[in-house]
Amino acid sequence: MSYQPIPTIDWWAIAPVSIVMVTGIVALLIEMFRPNRNNNTIVAVSLVGLFLAGLSVVPQFSMPFGSSFGGMVVRDYLGLVLQLLLITVCFVAFLFSEPYLREKRIAFAEFYQLALWASAGGMIMVTTENLLMFFLGLEVLGIALYCLTGMCRQELRSEESAMKYFLLGAFGTAFVLMGIAYLYGPTGSLRIDAVSIAVASDQPHFVLMALFGFGLLLVGLCFKSALVPFHQWTPDVYQGAPTNVTAFMASTSKIAAIGALIRVLAAGAPLVSYWFPIMFWVAILSMVVGNFAALVQKDVKRTLGYSSVANGGYMLVAVLAHVQAPEKVSLASTLFFITGYGVMTMGAFAVVSLAARDGKEGTRFQDLHGLWHRAPFAAGCLILFVASLIGVPPTVGFFGKMFIFNDALAAGLLPLALVLAVTSVVSAYYYLGIIQAVFVQEEGAVKNESGRPQAGLNLAVLLCALAIFGISLGAENVLKFMAPAEDGRQPVAERTVAQR
Amino acid sequence: MSGNQIVFIVLAAIACIGAAGVVVFGDNPVRSALFLVLNFFVLGFLYFTLGAQLLGISQILVYAGAIMVLFLFVIMMLQQQSAFLRSTESDGRGPIAWLLGATMFMTVGAAVLAPLGGVTGSPILDTFGTPQSIGKVLFTGYAWPFLISSVLLLVGIVGSILLAKRKF
Repeated sequence: MSYQPIPTIDWWAIAPVSIVMVTGIVALLIEMFRPNRNNNTIVAVSLVGLFLAGLSVVPQFSMPFGSSFGGMVVRDYLGLVLQLLLITVCFVAFLFSEPYLREKRIAFAEFYQLALWASAGGMIMVTTENLLMFFLGLEVLGIALYCLTGMCRQELRSEESAMKYFLLGAFGTAFVLMGIAYLYGPTGSLRIDAVSIAVASDQPHFVLMALFGFGLLLVGLCFKSALVPFHQWTPDVYQGAPTNVTAFMASTSKIAAIGALIRVLAAGAPLVSYWFPIMFWVAILSMVVGNFAALVQKDVKRTLGYSSVANGGYMLVAVLAHVQAPEKVSLASTLFFITGYGVMTMGAFAVVSLAARDGKEGTRFQDLHGLWHRAPFAAGCLILFVASLIGVPPTVGFFGKMFIFNDALAAGLLPLALVLAVTSVVSAYYYLGIIQAVFVQEEGAVKNESGRPQAGLNLAVLLCALAIFGISLGAENVLKFMAPAEDGRQPVAERTVAQR
Repeated sequence: MSGNQIVFIVLAAIACIGAAGVVVFGDNPVRSALFLVLNFFVLGFLYFTLGAQLLGISQILVYAGAIMVLFLFVIMMLQQQSAFLRSTESDGRGPIAWLLGATMFMTVGAAVLAPLGGVTGSPILDTFGTPQSIGKVLFTGYAWPFLISSVLLLVGIVGSILLAKRKF
């Protein structure tokens, strides 16, 4: 009998994911022993756990990069930055979730456990080069999010969105699995670089199978990252889910899916001539459809849903620029933009969640009228988030788009750069519509004064606002941090072919 | 005819009867489900004869045991309203279904049978598929994914609890 050697375990590399998962289990145990309505202990424990997980990521930036568990866990800038970002997003979501959930009368403790595990799933997705691990992370993230989407059972819309998300998500997962199977078939490898193995084998039918599998994998990933033409579920699900779940989902699933997409596209370099034109058009369509469809929405969450489709398009432009010219364009601007997107989306949805009162929640534009009077601080910060989403100069959104624009030009992708600039201008219209609803319009006949001060929400909003300022003030340094000279040039692309 | 072949033919025949029973004999969904249990059970035995012991055990425990019980539950819960499922009108789809089914059967058959011509023994190791060898892989090289899949199950359990919470 052949013995498999027990692999040397890089405990640091799996520490963040493990800590987040164990925190979820501890939160579950707390709920088990104290089954009452008060979730404060669980929130506190979760926040501490997330903080510890963040702490365990930081020292890894100075550790040697590489992979352990045979490529199932990798340590590189992409993974570390995105892990930190996912932890932060979850942290902010927990800060403002409890008051919102109580206001909606759905203060179930399971939200925290599922959100923690979903974060862990996302963190697995962005730190692996193994398709099996990628799939497991995707499912942990996906299944937790399906359930969270439907957690508000007194609203039919929430159940409907959960059903839609589940069916389409399962559909996307099926594509991913078929793709993995077709990559595994000719190569016998579950590594993400199976494509290059198949191409290196020089057998036409192996290449054909790998091409087919890679295409299926891309379709599944586009489903998950809500890129046009696979975006139809996005506005419905964003609208139907409880707002804190929407905030969490919009950030986490987008970050994780784009992070995985970066690795998969980099690994697909040997077939670049086949998929590049397709992804090129996917990026253009995402930006155009996302922004133009958002113009006619009457619901803030739907608007932000389409805006997230458009933002996915911007991220794809950055990724394509990197894949097209990895020696000239680093991943730094992608990471920069994703970070900015995570922060401003969390902030915007946190403010929108203030519309919930007494178990009811309206999210049409007129439901936000007069929010300025009820919650001046949060509404003030909303200006900042929206300005950043539009891309007004001193904000992180502006710098992010500018870096992507420059990258696209440097990589010779002029059409993408132009579409990005033009659609960004178009997007100003609907973003300003949100501001107008909050500030200009007075509240209608139904006066509601129950907007009590919400410390957690204000803290969350303040953190997001500070992050937006902090990142944009130190934009150059952040960019340098995300792609230091020795590693930043093609951090993912160069390694995928080398290791087998 | 060797003993192996006799065992295979008997098991395969029972499996085929089970498979046919799912769709051919009558229109009672409970009976179909029970035939499916028979089919899964015998398939598990076929896995044993191929040396894939763990797969056989899981087939019987998971499929024939857990999943089919779930099937039966669902069928029994829904049976009161299942009349609409049985539409006897013929609308011309039958021949197309036969054609597609036959094409599928022949394609898969050709793809599977052609490489098997002239094969007399299996090139795999004796230990292939034993619980020991799979356990060794699971607890060494694949320990981390193994742990993650346990969390995946936990997510499923907690998620279904969340969805089953009473409405306020």
